[in-house]
Amino acid sequence: MDKTVNQKAWFLVLPVFLVVAFSAVLPLMTVVNYSMQDTFGNNQFFWNGVGWFKELLDPSTDLGGRFLASLGRNLFFSLVILAIEVPLGIVVALSMPRQGWTVAACLVILALPLLIPWNVVGTIWQIFGRPDIGLLGYVLNAAGFDYNYVSNDIDAWVTVIVMDVWHWTSLVALLCYAGLKSIPEAYYQAAQIDGASRWAVFKAIQLPKMNRVLLIAVLLRFMDSFMIYTEPFVVTGGGPGNSTTFVSIELVKIALGQFDLGKAAALSLVYNLIILIVCWIFYTVMTNAGVERKVQAESEPAAEPKPATAIKPVPALKPKEGVA
Amino acid sequence: MARIDLVDLAHSYGGNDAPQESFALKPVTMTWRQGGAYALLGPSGCGKTTLLNVISGIITPSRGKILFDEVDITPLSTQKRNIAQVFQFPVIYDTMTVGQNLAFPLKNRGVPKAEIDKRVAEIGRLLDLEPYLNRKATRLTADAKQKISLGRGLVRSDVAAVLFDEPLTVIDPELKWQLRSKLKALHRELDLTMIYVTHDQTEALTFADTVVVMHDGRVVQSGTPAELFDKPAHTFVGYFIGSPGMNILPAEVRGREARVGGHVIALNRAYDNLSAAAKIEIGVRPEFVEVVAPAPGLLTAKIERLDDLGRIRFARARFGDAKLAARAPAGFTSADGMAGLKFDPSHVHVYADSLLVEGAA
Repeated sequence: MDKTVNQKAWFLVLPVFLVVAFSAVLPLMTVVNYSMQDTFGNNQFFWNGVGWFKELLDPSTDLGGRFLASLGRNLFFSLVILAIEVPLGIVVALSMPRQGWTVAACLVILALPLLIPWNVVGTIWQIFGRPDIGLLGYVLNAAGFDYNYVSNDIDAWVTVIVMDVWHWTSLVALLCYAGLKSIPEAYYQAAQIDGASRWAVFKAIQLPKMNRVLLIAVLLRFMDSFMIYTEPFVVTGGGPGNSTTFVSIELVKIALGQFDLGKAAALSLVYNLIILIVCWIFYTVMTNAGVERKVQAESEPAAEPKPATAIKPVPALKPKEGVA
Repeated sequence: MARIDLVDLAHSYGGNDAPQESFALKPVTMTWRQGGAYALLGPSGCGKTTLLNVISGIITPSRGKILFDEVDITPLSTQKRNIAQVFQFPVIYDTMTVGQNLAFPLKNRGVPKAEIDKRVAEIGRLLDLEPYLNRKATRLTADAKQKISLGRGLVRSDVAAVLFDEPLTVIDPELKWQLRSKLKALHRELDLTMIYVTHDQTEALTFADTVVVMHDGRVVQSGTPAELFDKPAHTFVGYFIGSPGMNILPAEVRGREARVGGHVIALNRAYDNLSAAAKIEIGVRPEFVEVVAPAPGLLTAKIERLDDLGRIRFARARFGDAKLAARAPAGFTSADGMAGLKFDPSHVHVYADSLLVEGAA
């Protein structure tokens, strides 16, 4: 059959093309343009080539030092909240009821923090933690702890991390709960018959079945925490000093505080690139896990007549280790 | 290794206060002897899986006791009972190898490693799983998965019984036969008590030495396949076992005679003390009714069709409102569609309110 040639059909793509061009491509190109130039205001620009990028990646310069320090803080922050939220989320999901009206109650309670806007979360914790009028700060100080997130680095970090855990553990828990719900009852019964301990059930059944959702949870939480801005900005403003200044806060400071458009543009491009790379890694890992699952599913149907008596292993892909 | 006694055991999903008619498992008292191959046969929803889950401890019975070798184990959890169970759908721990899957029940019970290796190798050999023991238990065919599930059920040598809950549902018909004979062979080799739940009479009759038939939450008969065939204790058993099932006809029975629609059918035994209030029926297997040319003294029925099963032909006949099946001898034809029915008196049973009545000699 001949393929119909209709060049006019390209016009159908035009609206999407225009929207993407104006919403994504053109602004991005503007940023690329800025990143190559320097300006002293008055709409006058001077060509700077890759100068800003060189400076950005060189820790001995002011820009490079600030960027790399905030990047380090950001990675550390992501690592800490992942290390807390993922296990905590699993524990919460495991201890949730499986049926009855309590399920709905638990789901609503868990969903509440997720529904609060970022800056409101920041404001809540900013006030909650104040030593003079905040419940948390006041109680801690009354109990003899010298807690003040405005003046103490560690207190500021603890506050920001606890706030993020409070805000986002629910997401991990809800995803894990969905994963747990998909496990057929027969698995638990078989494990009972096999005399499996609670820990063995978790290791042999629940964890493997939660694999996929956990991967999604880690991806979402990593991306979100890596791009975090509003909450720490509202609570600590990046301080004390620069101790809670994450990349996004640094970026805003440079772009809007100092009006260094060239530096800010270079920084945001590198920032964007890091996020893209991490996304790509996660995407690859997840698709590979998906491929393995599909192959497994295809070998499952029982109705297919199979003459052999013994096991017929499916001679397909080697096991991918990506998920492990 | 144990004898299992059920003492007045009953279960209701609606709690103990629910009316007894609604019980999923009505009170039953019976014994499963050590080393027996039992089949628990009945239609879907008759309570067989409930009974199985009560024995394995997944369900705590509303009433009654379970004894393993005269020790009451009713309050014990599944883990503490010495029981293995294989489920309808294969359960595979897919992060482990096939061998680790088989070893799992032993490992959880702290069996020494040398002993585990020995048992796993033995079960692997019996189930033809040997080449795959070190392979990850993923991407296997349904029958391979179910073999692993069976293996996990059989791997413990000390179990009181192995319970199978329709384990071959997901398997192809051809492989079903092989796996079933494999199970039978394993039963002989391992000297385990096996209880096999199924709704397929062929499966039950080929696997078991004792078939327990359940109907509507009750155990209606327990006996060898031959007993179930020759002397069904309940009209349901007669109807459910055999293909086609037993003919059940409402009748008036007095002495050595049964009257069906005015015709007299001779009986081998005398029935004199039948309760007047009971619903009296006679039951006779199609194999023991022969269609012949109509003759005086024979019950005359209209032939509706002849089913040729290859080895044997069955005529479907209608007599008044009653339908029955009868053996059609080779060469039988009926010109006008009418035929006489010849009953074999020694195989005509009498039922009062669906229960078999033993006549006097």
